[in-house]
Amino acid sequence: MLQSMTVREALRDGMAEEMKRDETVFLMGEEVAEYNGAYKVSQGLLDQFGAKRVIDTPITEAGFAGLGVGAAFGGLRPIVEFMTFNFSMQAIDQIINSAAKTLYMSGGQMGCPIVFRGPNGAASRVGAQHSHCFASWYAHCPGLKVISPYTAGDAKALLKAAIRDPNPVIFLENELLYGVAFDDVSMDVDDIAPIGKALVRREGKDVTITAFSIMVGKALQAAELLAEEGIEAEVIDLRTLRPLDRDTILSSVAKTNRIVSVEESWPFAGIGSEIAALMMEEGFDYLDAPCVRVTGADIPLPYAANLEALALPQVPDIVEAVKRVCYRG
Amino acid sequence: MTEVLSKHAVTESQEVELAHPISSKEALKAYHDMLLIRRFEERAAQLYGMGYIAGFCHLYIGQEAIAVGLQTLLKPQDTIITAYRDHGHMLCSGMDPKEVMAELTGREAGCSKGKGGSMHMFSREKNFYGGHGIVGAQVPIGTGLAFAHKYKEDKGVCLTSMGDGAANQGQVYEAYNMAALWKLPVVYVIENNGYSMGTSLRRGVAGPNLYGRGQGWGIPGEKVDGMSLLDVIAAGKRAIDHARSGKGPYILEMDTYRYRGHSMSDPATYRSKEEVEEVKLTRDPIDLFKGYMTTTLQITESQIKAIDDAIKPIVLEAVEFAKTSPEPDPSELYTDVLTEEV
Ligand SMILES: Cc1ncc(C[n+]2csc(CCOP(=O)(O)OP(=O)(O)O)c2C)c(N)n1
Ligand SMILES: [Mg+2]
Repeated sequence: MLQSMTVREALRDGMAEEMKRDETVFLMGEEVAEYNGAYKVSQGLLDQFGAKRVIDTPITEAGFAGLGVGAAFGGLRPIVEFMTFNFSMQAIDQIINSAAKTLYMSGGQMGCPIVFRGPNGAASRVGAQHSHCFASWYAHCPGLKVISPYTAGDAKALLKAAIRDPNPVIFLENELLYGVAFDDVSMDVDDIAPIGKALVRREGKDVTITAFSIMVGKALQAAELLAEEGIEAEVIDLRTLRPLDRDTILSSVAKTNRIVSVEESWPFAGIGSEIAALMMEEGFDYLDAPCVRVTGADIPLPYAANLEALALPQVPDIVEAVKRVCYRG
Repeated sequence: MTEVLSKHAVTESQEVELAHPISSKEALKAYHDMLLIRRFEERAAQLYGMGYIAGFCHLYIGQEAIAVGLQTLLKPQDTIITAYRDHGHMLCSGMDPKEVMAELTGREAGCSKGKGGSMHMFSREKNFYGGHGIVGAQVPIGTGLAFAHKYKEDKGVCLTSMGDGAANQGQVYEAYNMAALWKLPVVYVIENNGYSMGTSLRRGVAGPNLYGRGQGWGIPGEKVDGMSLLDVIAAGKRAIDHARSGKGPYILEMDTYRYRGHSMSDPATYRSKEEVEEVKLTRDPIDLFKGYMTTTLQITESQIKAIDDAIKPIVLEAVEFAKTSPEPDPSELYTDVLTEEV
């Protein structure tokens, strides 16, 4: 039975269920315990699980990311919260060089079951240093899995899957979605969503739109507008960026023969570039038009309201891109 | 400055009575392990020259007393982690010299299946957690291993080694803070060999010492003669007891010296030959301990020679194994990237 709740509540419930299920799971990060999370995602977890398992850290990202990696090597299953992924740059060495590579370098001995999670991408009017989307950065790296859910149901079911996964998982949330409710949340504690599987959120025959996280909502809105003009768009929620579900994308394009990729981060070497490469390498014969990328502007995100809106992909941008690949209007 | 430090339980260990004298049996084992490291690495250097070993290869020669001395104090659940100068730590943790040498030559039978190389070796079985190539990164990781000891209540301690150069990394102090805050059972071992690549201590480290750098967090620290196996053991015991009893982290600054260049490609022109010879002549950890064994423990020359003789075939066998063992199968290229679901 599915229930309605916000993404924030779904994430909290997902963590709580996994912490109940497995003693070795613990949550660590800045303000996660007594303050209940900078964005209240860990609301109530300290009360429920105590200070041994819900741990406020100092402001020390490299330090606690590394400590988490060591704890994972030592047999625990840490959930490390970054207040936002912007600050994960302080810790990116530990994430890539220690968490992602050590299994390989040890010939398979040093598994690292850890989840790094927190809000990613643009929030609202917080400027360039607090608005960065790291999807393509982390998706670039073998040894990691990278998830970026849209709905509350996926947020919960994929976070649970991430916690149970024996590998380091980057779990990219979105601050603007935290307060949004979705009615797709499973209350079955054993329901987990498969990592590495995209989901067709809307079926359509004329064009494929890929998106993830908050951009799925924009893509769906664009699809509604396009339908009014007689273009039926198929919207794919990528959900996982590494491993990317190539099959779902390719089989959609085999049907629609056109594709637009949407992401809020920068164009250069972005997720859209990867999708364009996939089209060249494996989807070329399906295409009736070159693929088009809708991305954030290639600039540090500005603060001014009008400039910020111009810099981030908006519904009309997606509509326009779709018309381009459909050679319409 | 020293006075302030002593108020914070920071002491120099020289005058402290040896609290943990060593039995003859333990002495012979420790001597064996130190000599094994030295002979093993001398051979590794040869293999490097012959082209069997490539890339970066950092020798531990000169620093043997530290890894070996501390190893004598560990319990089965204790963990060790260090940087890339790791062969010594691995050998004395009981890893098979054949597998270590085969990793150096990048062979399938290496302890990382040939995928890690000199700087990245691990043994879960021996609780050796690497082998890390990023200077300083092992310090928060070791602190996390200590966190896991405390979380699991297994009474274990993690020995986290770093160099004098690594002690300048910011994340070391992030780790100190958390370890002190949460009273984690970790002993930070700063192997101060006087140089960070070509940068001498004087040119790279401000302040009077490294053992006192935990002072701000109330972490006790000691300076130890890292060339003296007995001093290492005595100070190591104090530190490990402190950490194991729940009092939190402890810092040991080991005064030591590396005889060889930073890595195989370093001609070490930043120091004089005389400086190196002086240390070899007056402070060599193996010679010093040999002297102690014969004079104080009454161990005979022939007993010592028996050990020398025993080590030779072990090392030769490792060399032969590492030279002849096959390279990893190409099918291994894409394995071990992710842990497969069970
Ligand atoms: C983050 C990082 N910066 C630089 C290097 C290159 N590097 C490798 S070893 C080293 C010197 C470290 O010296 P120290 O910590 O004293 O250890 P020692 O080599 O003396 O054992 C440097 C600069 C590195 N591996 N990682
Ligand atoms: Mg050094």
